[in-house]
Amino acid sequence: MTDLLSKFDPLIEQRQALLDRGVTDPFNLTMERVESPTVAICNGRRTILLGTYNYMGMTFDPDVIEAGKKALDEFGSGTTGSRVLNGTYQGHRECEAALREFYAMDHAMVFSTGYQANLGIISTLAGKDDYIILDIDSHASIYDGCALGNAQIVPFRHNDLDALEKRLKRVPEGAGKLVVLEGVYSMLGDIAPLKDMIRIAKENGAMVLVDEAHSMGFIGKNGRGVAEAQGVIDDVDFIIGTFSKSVGTVGGFCVSNHPKFEILRLVCRPYVFTASLPPSVVATAATSIRKLMHGSEKRAHLWENSKTLHAGLKKLGFMLGTEEPQSAIIAVIMPNLETGAAMWEALLHEGLYVNLARPPATPQGMTLLRCSLCALHSSQQVEEILGMFEAAGRAVGCIS
Amino acid sequence: MTDRSQTFAKVASLIEPFNKKGVEVTEQTRFAQDLEWDSLTVLDFVANIEDEFDVIISMNMQAEIETVGQLVDAVDRLAKAS
Repeated sequence: MTDLLSKFDPLIEQRQALLDRGVTDPFNLTMERVESPTVAICNGRRTILLGTYNYMGMTFDPDVIEAGKKALDEFGSGTTGSRVLNGTYQGHRECEAALREFYAMDHAMVFSTGYQANLGIISTLAGKDDYIILDIDSHASIYDGCALGNAQIVPFRHNDLDALEKRLKRVPEGAGKLVVLEGVYSMLGDIAPLKDMIRIAKENGAMVLVDEAHSMGFIGKNGRGVAEAQGVIDDVDFIIGTFSKSVGTVGGFCVSNHPKFEILRLVCRPYVFTASLPPSVVATAATSIRKLMHGSEKRAHLWENSKTLHAGLKKLGFMLGTEEPQSAIIAVIMPNLETGAAMWEALLHEGLYVNLARPPATPQGMTLLRCSLCALHSSQQVEEILGMFEAAGRAVGCIS
Repeated sequence: MTDRSQTFAKVASLIEPFNKKGVEVTEQTRFAQDLEWDSLTVLDFVANIEDEFDVIISMNMQAEIETVGQLVDAVDRLAKAS
């Protein structure tokens, strides 16, 4: 018998070698208790959280919690069914209404996760003989959506306008074209030049899908994302988003003004062939989305946090993913996985959790300590965080 | 030179800047095993091929191409079709 798991031997060995050096396993951390959006107890120690997607700090919002409890009492723990059969409750409708209002768009479709939203929409839109032109640094869910469909997949160099335009012009006459972009790229925390990219896509007759997972609630005047901030949201055909970041629960969605959008509910397999979100989840999501519409003060404080952390880390001598802060994500570039793991552990001992990110999630084989800020991090916490980076950096020898 | 040998010569010249190990490039040379290219190198190289011959080599097509000879065939076929 061929052991089907033997193909993972190199990874098993790499992982064992890392653990044999005595470091804490960076991919197996348990949050024993969670005190707030910014603090948890890990290994018995009070730890500041700087590696969550809780950008707007909605997870402990009293109104959100109350809405979830009420729905749990009134509608039960789960729907046990597909959205197109017995799984659409009043709460799902209300959640979609909240999204339409938040984005000022005609249609909204809620999926069970953000991953499934990309998987479903991309694979359903682009069929055989169509072309998907996508940024090479796209999220795994976008690539998996491409793999699930039958379209021709054409990647272009990250954020490269010229490379996008050349590829669009080479697509055979008459073929359908979908350009897939992200607002914020989550590994380095950089944003896309959507204004120019969308113009190029439209000039060449392509439809445009933008994943705004990491910008919702935070970027743009109304928190609608990078396309809003750059004044081109009306030219986007489909926006993909998630409830698992700023919204603070789990779930995914697509919003659109396309007049035929509703038919997707019947033909999109990752929408049809899975159970819908539990009533409590859509109730918390709807409440959170409505509160995010009025979050301008929190947005301003989050920008302050991002700027302070970026400037502070730069001053300490760390190499960062972007010259200037462009989002709530600040990526600290590590020279290799060993140093990255050592630094990650040293930070944990200081009482700070960040994400250790490595290939294949990261671009260009990089190891990153990815820091994502929350609107509820106080200015004092950000100063504490900088102190922890300084101490850990010197202990590990990352900075002098 | 025939069309095909011209295509081969051009492809070989585009391989050279990425041929860090100085592997001798023949029809049978494999991109992954012999040239040991990673995904980013493949992206850059494919972009150069696409620009040179004014074609699209989608990821679907790339998955079917293992050797230099197969790439030359694919480029010739695509260039004729366009």
